[in-house]
Amino acid sequence: MGTVIVVTSGKGGVGKTTSSAAIGAALAQTGDSVALVDFDVGLRNLDLVLGAERRVVYDFVNVIQGQAKLSQALIRDKRIETLHLLAASQTRDKDALTEEGVEDVVGSLRETFDWVICDSPAGIERGAILAMRHADMAIVVTNPEVSSVRDSDRIIGLLDARTRRTEQGEAMEKHVLITRFDPTRAARGDMLAIDDVLEILSLPLIGIVPESQSVLKASNIGMPVVLADPSSDSARAYADAARRIKGESVDLAVPTVRRSLFGGLFRRAA
Amino acid sequence: MPPVAGWLDDLDAVARQSLAFFANRPVVLNLARLAPDRNETNAIIDALKIRNIRVIAVEGVDPAWLDPSLAPLGSGKESGKVVDFPGARAPAQPRAAASSRGSSIIDRPVRSGQTIFHPEGDVIVLGSVSSGAEVIAGGSVHVYGTLRGRALAGATGNPGALIFCRKFQAELVSIDGSYMTAEQTPPDLIGKPVQIRLKNDAIVTDILD
Ligand SMILES: Nc1ncnc2c1ncn2[C@@H]1O[C@H](COP(=O)(O)OP(=O)(O)OP(=O)(O)O)[C@@H](O)[C@H]1O
Ligand SMILES: [Mg+2]
Repeated sequence: MGTVIVVTSGKGGVGKTTSSAAIGAALAQTGDSVALVDFDVGLRNLDLVLGAERRVVYDFVNVIQGQAKLSQALIRDKRIETLHLLAASQTRDKDALTEEGVEDVVGSLRETFDWVICDSPAGIERGAILAMRHADMAIVVTNPEVSSVRDSDRIIGLLDARTRRTEQGEAMEKHVLITRFDPTRAARGDMLAIDDVLEILSLPLIGIVPESQSVLKASNIGMPVVLADPSSDSARAYADAARRIKGESVDLAVPTVRRSLFGGLFRRAA
Repeated sequence: MPPVAGWLDDLDAVARQSLAFFANRPVVLNLARLAPDRNETNAIIDALKIRNIRVIAVEGVDPAWLDPSLAPLGSGKESGKVVDFPGARAPAQPRAAASSRGSSIIDRPVRSGQTIFHPEGDVIVLGSVSSGAEVIAGGSVHVYGTLRGRALAGATGNPGALIFCRKFQAELVSIDGSYMTAEQTPPDLIGKPVQIRLKNDAIVTDILD
């Protein structure tokens, strides 16, 4: 039996899809089998980040409505053969995902794959609840700013109330992933400090992903950053997060500003 | 089904004491623990309606009993406040005894969007109360972490109720209907261990050192 992970945030645009793809790819690179499930019906962007958008024949909604078998809808990644995607539908409306349908599909995936990663839509409504419903573990993606942290806090409250696991009185493993962390802005005090974020959310930290051009470039060429630029700080942060998810203990350092002569001069001039 | 009349009395007391408490707040009703039948469900909804409490969804009962606009959560509506009905409760006691009734210990943080509503005694929160979260007690409120959200003590009419927190950063504190907003808060209180009490209907704050 595999582990179902929901990647969620409340606030939009904080890096859920980027993180789902990168962590999924990093887990798959260790040889584990991974299914990425796009719950963002109507937007469908996990396939873009994975460069699989031209290979989508059937999607999540087709499977739920019985128009395709799960095995037909799963798209195998061309670069990492243990990585699979179940795409979201672009054309259906959000209500096409039914409670029972989601339960069936996630249940079958859990039997086949080591990891099932559910990329949640933004918000605290039905789509987000469906994505978290059957999770065993949650990764709460947060940017170090007030509105993002507050929405994450709200989502954590829902994880404690609305998941199958917590309804049955079982514990739910929850982690914070801080993304788009900018050491320069953090040093200036323009962003919330990591400690403040963790104090507010009171959950363990699974990684800090810096704001980085590598992430943007990777998503433009349809590759998770761990494949596109494995030596970048962000790729390493995701790879380390994947190892922590697997239970390894890996040191976690807060990214700092690299002091260069020019950096120093510019800061003084500004 | 346990009696809800006493619970409604407490609710009325909160509404009377506490700054238009339910005004403009979407409320989600969770009746799972009460397990009412169809008629009882509708009676509860009606009882809230005549109090101008805007129930936007009802959970824990057969959705077929409900007006379609009150379909359970997870069917498209934004979730608002969640108010838990008590399982079973003692019949209503005289108001003065409010703080001597049982206290409620919350052994986790109170997260943004959550409300702890305990009209019958003290609330003790072992973690923090987030910004956007709210604790309402008939008695006193004790927060062992940081109080960032709202704390309303003595909400059923008890001017002797107190609020304590280890770190003060509250959005609003209120005792027996008198309140102090973040804007009105003396700046030297922020981040300090604080006790809040009522003196001649005015909020008084003391730093505990
Ligand atoms: N570490 C990063 N550095 C730079 N850009 C990033 C980083 N993480 C994400 N982004 C960019 O931010 C944008 C939003 O990211 P993403 O789509 O992953 O967010 P999301 O939370 O899934 O959004 P939505 O709520 O719309 O589903 C994308 O353009 C992405 O490339
Ligand atoms: Mg997304």
